[in-house]
Amino acid sequence: MGDRVKKIQLQKLLAFGSLVILYLFFAYAGRNFVTVPTTLNILAQSYFVGFLAIGVTFVIITGGIDLSIGTVMICSALVGGELYRIHDMPLWICIIAMILVGTTFGLFNGVMVTKVGLPPFIATLGTMMVSMGLGSIITNVQSRTFPTILEADAWFARVFLRSEGNFPMGAVFLGSYLIITFIILNKTKLGRYIYAVGSNEEAVRLSGVNASNWKLAAYVISGLSAGIAAIFFSAAYTVIVPGTGQGFELSAIAAVVIGGTSLSGGVGSVTGTIIGVFIMSVLTNGLVSMGLPAPYQVFFTGVVVIVAVFMDIQRTKKANQVKRK
Amino acid sequence: MAEGTVRGEFLLEMNGIDKRFQGVHALKRCSINLRAGEVLALVGENGAGKSTMMKILTGIHSPDEGEILFYGQKVDFKTPKAAQDAGISIVHQELNLMNHLTVAQNIFIGRESKGFFLDEKSINQKSAALFERLGVKIDPQEKVQNLTVGKQQIVEIAKAISYDSKIIIFDEPTATLTDAEIDVLFEIIAELRDKGVGMIYISHRMDEIKRITDRITVLRDGEFIGTKNTAQIEIGEVIQMMIGRVTYEEPKQASTVPEGAPVVLRVENLSSVDVKGISFELHKGEILGFAGLMGAGRTETARLIFGADKRWSGDIFINGKKVEINSPADAVRNGIGYLSEDRKRFGLAVGMSVSANAVMASLDNYTSGGFINDTKIRAVSKEYVEKINVKTPSVGQTVKNLSGGNQQKVVIAKWLIRNCDVLIFDEPTRGIDVGAKSEIYKLMNALAENGKSIIMISSELPELIRMSDRILVMCEGAHTGTMPIEEADQHAIMTLATQKS
Repeated sequence: MGDRVKKIQLQKLLAFGSLVILYLFFAYAGRNFVTVPTTLNILAQSYFVGFLAIGVTFVIITGGIDLSIGTVMICSALVGGELYRIHDMPLWICIIAMILVGTTFGLFNGVMVTKVGLPPFIATLGTMMVSMGLGSIITNVQSRTFPTILEADAWFARVFLRSEGNFPMGAVFLGSYLIITFIILNKTKLGRYIYAVGSNEEAVRLSGVNASNWKLAAYVISGLSAGIAAIFFSAAYTVIVPGTGQGFELSAIAAVVIGGTSLSGGVGSVTGTIIGVFIMSVLTNGLVSMGLPAPYQVFFTGVVVIVAVFMDIQRTKKANQVKRK
Repeated sequence: MAEGTVRGEFLLEMNGIDKRFQGVHALKRCSINLRAGEVLALVGENGAGKSTMMKILTGIHSPDEGEILFYGQKVDFKTPKAAQDAGISIVHQELNLMNHLTVAQNIFIGRESKGFFLDEKSINQKSAALFERLGVKIDPQEKVQNLTVGKQQIVEIAKAISYDSKIIIFDEPTATLTDAEIDVLFEIIAELRDKGVGMIYISHRMDEIKRITDRITVLRDGEFIGTKNTAQIEIGEVIQMMIGRVTYEEPKQASTVPEGAPVVLRVENLSSVDVKGISFELHKGEILGFAGLMGAGRTETARLIFGADKRWSGDIFINGKKVEINSPADAVRNGIGYLSEDRKRFGLAVGMSVSANAVMASLDNYTSGGFINDTKIRAVSKEYVEKINVKTPSVGQTVKNLSGGNQQKVVIAKWLIRNCDVLIFDEPTRGIDVGAKSEIYKLMNALAENGKSIIMISSELPELIRMSDRILVMCEGAHTGTMPIEEADQHAIMTLATQKS
C-alpha cells in the first residue's frame, strides 16, 4: 500500500492541522467561541453533513459522484414526517422508513450507473430532482415537523440530538458510524473492491470480479447514509420544508475533498472526510462568533475548498515529478 | 565532419552527469558527446537512464553534478524553453500535437505573430518553406488530425527544425511508423546530417540503428558503458553491452508436449463481430501461439474465451465438459486467466500495492466473513514474489513504481495465486526490456512444464516461434491455419497471416 497510505496520512495530518489552527484562530479572534453552547453547535451541525459526507466518500472513491444525497435526505425526512403526523405511525417505524427511502434512492442510483450505464453525474442529478419533486408531491408541499424535547415522543431528540445531561448524542452515533465505515473500507472485501474499482475498474472486472456489483454497493451506502442523515437532520431542525435540500450535497462533497479524497477515485478515507466536515463546521461557527453574516460563511467555505484541492494537486504533482525518471 | 563545430571536437558534451531522485540513483556520472553532422544512437534497457539524460539536456531536470558543454561553452538550461531557444529540440515518442489545429498553427504555436492579431498567411508560407526543405508534401492548412501518424511525426520534425535547431533528439521515432514512412524519416535525417545538425537517436530497433546512425552510446543502470562506431560493431555485441549478461536464446526445435496429452480447452465455432468461427484445442502443458497481423482478431478471440466481450455463437469446453462463459467471473471460475496486452489499463490497479493486485482474482480465498486477512495476503504475495522473482522492495510497494517487466510478473502472480490451468498471455513482452523478456519466457516455459496450458498471442514472430509448441494463424478474424512448431517459420506464418479466407 506504500505511498498511497503515506499520502493519505499526510493529507489527513495536514487537514487535521488546519482544523486545529482554524479552531485556535477563532478561539482568539471570535467572541464566545470556546464555550459549551458553541461547541455543541459545532457538533450538532456536523451530524447530518457528517453522515452525508461519509456516505458519498464511498462513491467518490469509486471515481463516481452522488449529487442526490441532499434532496434524498430531505425526501426521506418528509416521508418520515408524513407517516408520523398524517398517518399517525409510531415514530420508530418512521425512522426505519427514512432509512429505507434513502437506501432505495441509493439502490436506484447504483442501478442507473452500473446496470443502465448512465454517467454518475447525470444519474444522480436526475435523482436529485426526482427526490425533491417526490418529497413535495407526497406532502402536498406542506412542511412536516418532528417532536422537540418539549413534546410527546421527546425521546427522539433525546436519543438523536442531546441527552438529558446535554450530552451530544449525535456525536456518539456519528463516531460509531465512522468506526464502522472505516472498518468496511479498510478491512473488508467490499472496501478493497471499492478502492480497486476507483483505481482501475476494467482491471478488476478482468480479474473475474463482478466489479459493477461492488460499485453499486457504494451508491447504496451513500443512499443509506442519506437516510440516516435524515434522522439527525429531523432531530436538529424539527421542521422539514419540501423543496429544500439542494446544496447539502455540495457541502458534503466539499468536506470529502477537503479531507483528501480524490475526485478521480482510488484514493480517500472516511477519517479525512470527518475532519473536513469539522473544518467546515468550525469555519461556519467561527465566522458567526466574529459577527460576520451568513454570506461570508459561504464565501470562505468556497475559499477553503479551492485551497484544499489546490494543495492536493500541488502535492500530487510533486510526487509524480519525483517518481518520473 | 561538417562545419559548425567551433572550439573542440564536439558540438555537445555532457560530462559526469549525476542525478538522484529520492534515493534512486538514476544517473551515475554519465557522459555522452555528439559531433555536428552525426547521428548518435543512445541505447539501453528501459530504466537505463536514456530519458533522464535527455531530460537534463532539454532543461526538464537539472543535474546534481556534472557539466554540459554546448559549442564548447558551459551551459545550464533551467527550462525546456531555454534549451529550445539555444537550438536543442526533441521529437517526442508520443506526439505533442494539437489535433484540431492546422499543421502551420501547430508548428508555430507560441510564435504566431508579433502583434495582437494572427498572421495565418505568414506561418503558412513559412511552414510550406520548411516542408520544401524537407522534401515532403504536406499542406500547412490541413488539420493535424487528418494526417497519418507518419506525417504527424514529420510535422514534429518540421517544428524542431523551425527553431533552427543545432541538436535534434528523436525519441523512438519509428515506433508507430510504416516502412515507407520510416524511409522518408531516414531521408530527412540524412539531409539534416548533411546540413550539420547533430542528432541523438533513441531506439530499441537494432536494424534501424545499424542503418542510420554513425556511433552508438550504450547506457546501463544509469551508467555509461561505452561508445562504438556503428560500422565496426555487431548488433549482438551492442545487445551484450546493453544487458551485460547472456540472453536466453534457445529456440524450440520440437513440441515438448507429450504425445496424447489431454485436451484442456476446446473451442468450437467461436464468433463475434470481429471473430469468424474459430475452433481449436489446447492440450495440457502446451504453449499454443496465436499469430497474425494487427486486427487479425487474436485479442478479440482471447477476450471471447475469457467472457470479456459478447459472443454471437460458439461453445467452450473445459476438460471435455461444456461450460457457460458469459463474463470474466465465469471464465475465472473455470480456471482461465487472461493477461491483457495493455497491463496498465486492463491488468493492474497501478495505484494499489503489489499484494492487493496479486490477490485481486482470488480475494474470496483470503477473506472470512467479509473481512480480509492481510497477514495471509502478504504471506501468499511474498511467496509468489519470490517464486517468480518480482523485483520489488516489498509487497506493499505501489505497482506504479515497478518496471514494466515486474508489473507483468505481478499480473502473472495474480493468475498463479488464482491457480488457473489455462493462461492466455496477450503480448506478454510488449514494452518490456530484453533482460526481463527472457525471464518472462523462462517463466512461461516453467509453467507449461508444470502442466499449465498457455495461449500466447504475440506480434513478434521470432518470439512466437521460440516459445510455441504449435502455432495457430489468423487473418481478418478467421482461422487460416495451424502448424506444428517443426514446420513453423516466419515465411510460412506470414503467408497464412495474409491469406484472406
